[in-house]
Amino acid sequence: MNRRVFLKNGSMAMVALGFAPHFVTNSLLAARARRKVLVTIFQRGAVDGLSMIVPYGEEWYYKTRPSIGIPRPGAANGVVDLDGFFGIHPKMSPLADLFHRNELAIVHACGSPDPTRSHFDAQDYMESGTPGVKSTQDGWLNRYLHAREHADATPFRAVALSQQLPRSLQGTAPALAIAQVGKFGIQGGAQTEMMQAGFESQYAAAADQMLGNSTGSGQTGTGLGRIGVEAFDAVKMMKDAKVGGPYTPANKAEYPRSGFGDAMKQIAQLIKSDLGLEVAFAELGGWDTHVQQGNGTGQLATRLEDFAKGLSAFYTDMGEAMADVVVVTMSEFGRAVTENGNRGTDHGHANAMMIMGGPVKGGKVYGKWPGLAPERRYENRDLAVTTDFRDVFTELVTKHLDAKTTATIFPGFTSNGALGILKA
Amino acid sequence: MMNIRYIRPLAAGTLAVALTLAPHWQVGAQKSDSAVPSDPDAQTILHVLNRVGYGPKPGDIERVRMIGLATYIDQQLHPEKIADPAVDAALAEFPTLKMSAEELATKYYRPAEEMRKDQQAKLAKADVKEAKAGDDKMAVAAAQAQLPPEAQKVRQEAASVLQNLTQARIIRAVDSERQLNEVLVDFWFNHFNVYAQKGSVNEYLNVYERDAIRPYVLGSFRDMLGAVAHNPAMLFYLDNYQSADPKAGDRLNPQLAQMEQRLKNPRITPQQREQAMTRIEQAKKNTPKGLNENYARELMELHTLGVDGGYNQKDVQEVARVFTGWTIDQPRGGGSFLFRSAMHDPGNKTVLGQPISGYSGADGMREGERVLDLLAMNPATAHHLAFKLAQRFVSDVPPASLVDRATQVYLSTNGNLREVTRTIITSPEFFSIEAYHSQVKTPLDFAISAARVTGARMSNAAPIVQALRTTLGMPLYGCQPPTGYKTTADAWVNTGALLARMNFGLQLVSNQQRAIRVNTAMLAPDTTSATREKLVDRILAGRISPSTSATLAKAPNPQQLLVLLLGSPEFQQR
Repeated sequence: MNRRVFLKNGSMAMVALGFAPHFVTNSLLAARARRKVLVTIFQRGAVDGLSMIVPYGEEWYYKTRPSIGIPRPGAANGVVDLDGFFGIHPKMSPLADLFHRNELAIVHACGSPDPTRSHFDAQDYMESGTPGVKSTQDGWLNRYLHAREHADATPFRAVALSQQLPRSLQGTAPALAIAQVGKFGIQGGAQTEMMQAGFESQYAAAADQMLGNSTGSGQTGTGLGRIGVEAFDAVKMMKDAKVGGPYTPANKAEYPRSGFGDAMKQIAQLIKSDLGLEVAFAELGGWDTHVQQGNGTGQLATRLEDFAKGLSAFYTDMGEAMADVVVVTMSEFGRAVTENGNRGTDHGHANAMMIMGGPVKGGKVYGKWPGLAPERRYENRDLAVTTDFRDVFTELVTKHLDAKTTATIFPGFTSNGALGILKA
Repeated sequence: MMNIRYIRPLAAGTLAVALTLAPHWQVGAQKSDSAVPSDPDAQTILHVLNRVGYGPKPGDIERVRMIGLATYIDQQLHPEKIADPAVDAALAEFPTLKMSAEELATKYYRPAEEMRKDQQAKLAKADVKEAKAGDDKMAVAAAQAQLPPEAQKVRQEAASVLQNLTQARIIRAVDSERQLNEVLVDFWFNHFNVYAQKGSVNEYLNVYERDAIRPYVLGSFRDMLGAVAHNPAMLFYLDNYQSADPKAGDRLNPQLAQMEQRLKNPRITPQQREQAMTRIEQAKKNTPKGLNENYARELMELHTLGVDGGYNQKDVQEVARVFTGWTIDQPRGGGSFLFRSAMHDPGNKTVLGQPISGYSGADGMREGERVLDLLAMNPATAHHLAFKLAQRFVSDVPPASLVDRATQVYLSTNGNLREVTRTIITSPEFFSIEAYHSQVKTPLDFAISAARVTGARMSNAAPIVQALRTTLGMPLYGCQPPTGYKTTADAWVNTGALLARMNFGLQLVSNQQRAIRVNTAMLAPDTTSATREKLVDRILAGRISPSTSATLAKAPNPQQLLVLLLGSPEFQQR
C-alpha cells in the first residue's frame, strides 16, 4: 500500500506544480540501496543441452551420436574441458573462462517433472512455474514481484526486452515490455512533447480520482490512471538517464550483432542507468534442430556462438557490477539422446541450465548425472530429469532476491533444498 | 471505477430507469422481462454499442435512438435478418473463406505438405552450407531463397488462407452491421481457443471458425460443443488425435512386442541393442502412444464444467478413454475427422458417477457423444458459461443475481445461447450505472473501436492485424494457452501496452498507413469549442473528465485533438 500512498502524493504534487517531480524521488530511492538483479534468458525451441554441455566422458554419448557428437577435448572442433567429464561446446569457449574463474555454474539433467514433449506446453509450464497445471494465469516472475513488494520499486523493476510481455512476467504486478529502449514512448515526431504532456495530465488526473475513491466500490479498479502515470514516469526516467541515446559498452565488450546481442546490451544499459531494474528477461530462438544439427560447426554451433558471445559480452560490459547480478538460462526441454535419421535430434526431456554472476559459486556442474545408458534414460530415450527446474529458481529467488518463501511463487511445490549454486 | 467527475452529470433518465427497476430485479426478474430503457440517453446508447458491439461509428448513436434501443438489441440478436452488403462485397475478394475443407486440402495444404517433405528429404541428403550469420531470419530467408519459385508459390498460397481469414475477421468487426454476432464469434472462438502456431492447427482454422463456431454463437451450445469436438483444429491443438487405448499398440503393431522381447535377451551385443532400439523407436513413432488427457481435461475445465465444476482426475482419465479414436485422417496436409475404432478403448467407463457403456467398432463413437450430452446439460456448465458471458457483457465481477438467472435460462432452454445472451444484455444489471464504463477495452476492442469511431475506411486490414500482433500484444489466432485471452482489465493494463495504444491512435489519425484512411477534416474541421463538444459527443457521448477536456482545449490542430481523445483514459474504457 506504500506504493499507492506514494503515488497519490506524487501525482497530487504533479498536478499542483504542473510537472512531475516524483520520478526524481524514485531515482533517488533507487540509488539508495544496491539492487540485486536477476536476468532470465529463455532459449525457445528446446536447445540440445547435450551439445551445449557435453558429457564427453560417456561412451554412450559418442555411440548414440555418430555424426553430431562434439569431439573430445584436444581434437579439431572438440569441446573445451570443464571438469574432466563435461566439456562446453567449442563455440561457447568464452564461457569456459567464466567457468574456470568460478563465476559460471551449470545444472545438468535439469527440467520439468511433466512428461510433455510439446514446445507449447513445456514453455507454458516453465514460465507459469506450475508444471502440469494449465489454468495458472500469471507467471512465476510476476508472482515473485508480488511476493516482494517494496516501497522503492520503480516502473523499471521488471523489464522484458521483447515485443510482448513473456508468460513468466504476465500478471497483476507491473512489468514493462520494451522491444527497443530508444523507441519507448510517444512516437509523435515533432508533436511528441505536446502529445506526451497532454496524455500525462489526463492520466495523472485519472490516477488521483481513482486513489481518491476510498470506498473501493468500483471493484474492478482498472488502475488505468496509475498505469498511465507509471508509463510516463518510465518514459521520463529513461529520457533523464539518456538511455535512448548511443551507448558504448565498457571494457571493450563486443556484443554480437543479433537480436540477442541487442537485448543483452540494453539490459546492461538499463542496469547501469540505475533505473531500478530488478528482473530482466530476454529470449532467443532457433534451437529446434530436427535436421542437420551439425557438431563443432554447423547450424547449432552458429546459434550457440551468438548465445555465448551475447552472454560473455554482457559479463565483460558489466564488469564489477556483476557482483549484484545473476543470469540464468533455460529452455523448455532437452533433446533425445540418440540422433535421428536426419542428423538432427527430436524432442527430449532434461536439459542444462547455466547460472552466472558474482554471487554464483561457479566452476562446478551441479545436479546428479543420470547417465546415458539406455536403461538410465527417461522412457529409454531421453536424458532423465534429476533436478526440478523449480529447485534452481527457488534458490535464486530466496537467496539472491531475498524472497522469504516461495509458497505463492511455486504453489504446491516444496524444494528438495538448495543445490548450493550461490555463495552463502 | 475511476469516479471521473463529469462536465455534464449523467442524464436523469438513466438514474430513473435504475431506480424504478431496483425492486423489480430484487425479487428476481422473469425471462421475458426486459430492462431496456424506452427513452435512453446518449450514455445508455453508447453503453449498448460498446458492449453489444465494438462501439459506435459516426452517426450510430442517433441511428439507434431513431429505431429504438429495444428494437436495435432485438435485431442484433437475429443477425441472419440483418443485411450486410458492404461486408459481403469486401469478403468476396477472399474466395478461400467459402472453400470446403476438402477443397482447401486439395488446392493448398496437400501440395504444401508434399513440398515440405520433399524439401526435408533434400536437406537431409545434401550437407547444407552452414548459415554464416547467427540470425534465424537470415537462415530461413536463405533456405527459402533456395526453394524453386514454384515451391515458394505453393508455400505462400497455403499461408494466404489464414491471412484471408485474419483480414476477414477485422473487416467484419469494423464494418459489419451484425456487431453482436462478431463480438460473440470472438467470445466463443476464445472460449474454444486454438493456437495457429501449433503444428498444423493453422490448416484447419478457416473451417473451424466458419463451421464449428459461427453457426452456433446464437444457437445451441451442445451443437457448438459437438462441432468443436469433431474439428481437426481442436483435435490437433489438444492432442486428442494421438490419444489411444494403451493396448491399441498391440492391435495396430503386433511386431512391437516381439522387438521389445528381443531387448531382454542377455546375449544381445550393444550394437544389436542400439539397432533394435532404433527400430522400436521408429515403430513407436508410427503407433499411437497411449492415452493423452489433454483434451479430456480442457473439455471439462475450460469448455464445459469449469475448473471447480465437480470432476476429478479419475473423470479426466475416463473421459480421455471415451474419446480415444477421435482422430484426424492425415493430420498434416488438411486432413479430416476420423473415428478410428482400432485406437478406441472399448471398455466400460464411469464419468461423473454415470456409467458409460463401452462399445467396439464404429459404435465406440457413441460414448463420446453421450459424454458431450452429459457435460452440455450439467448445471455446472450452465453456471460456468453464464458467468463468462455476464463477465464479458456486464462486469469483470458479474453480479451473482444475473449469473443465476442466466444459468436458469440456459437450463430451461436446453442451452439456447440466444436466450442466455438476451437475458444478459436486456437485464437491469446490464443497464445499471455501476456497469457503465466499468470495463477496460481489450487491445482488440480498442483497435476496432478506434477504427469505427473515426469512420476509418480500410482497403486492407493489415495495419490493425500487425499492431495486434506486435505492439498491442493480442495477435489474432495467436493465443497460446487453451484458456484463451482474458477479457478482464488486469490482463491488459500495463505501461508498454498503454503507450502502444496512444501510438496506435496517432498512427491511425495521421494516416501513416495507406491501407486505412481517417477523414480528419470531416470529423474535426477545426479546434473550436463547438467542434470539440461535437467530437466528445460522438466519441464519448459527452462523458469527459475536466482534465481530459482541458488537454483537448490545448490541442493545436484537429489531428492532435483526435489523437488525445483516442488515447484518453475515457476511450480505453467501455
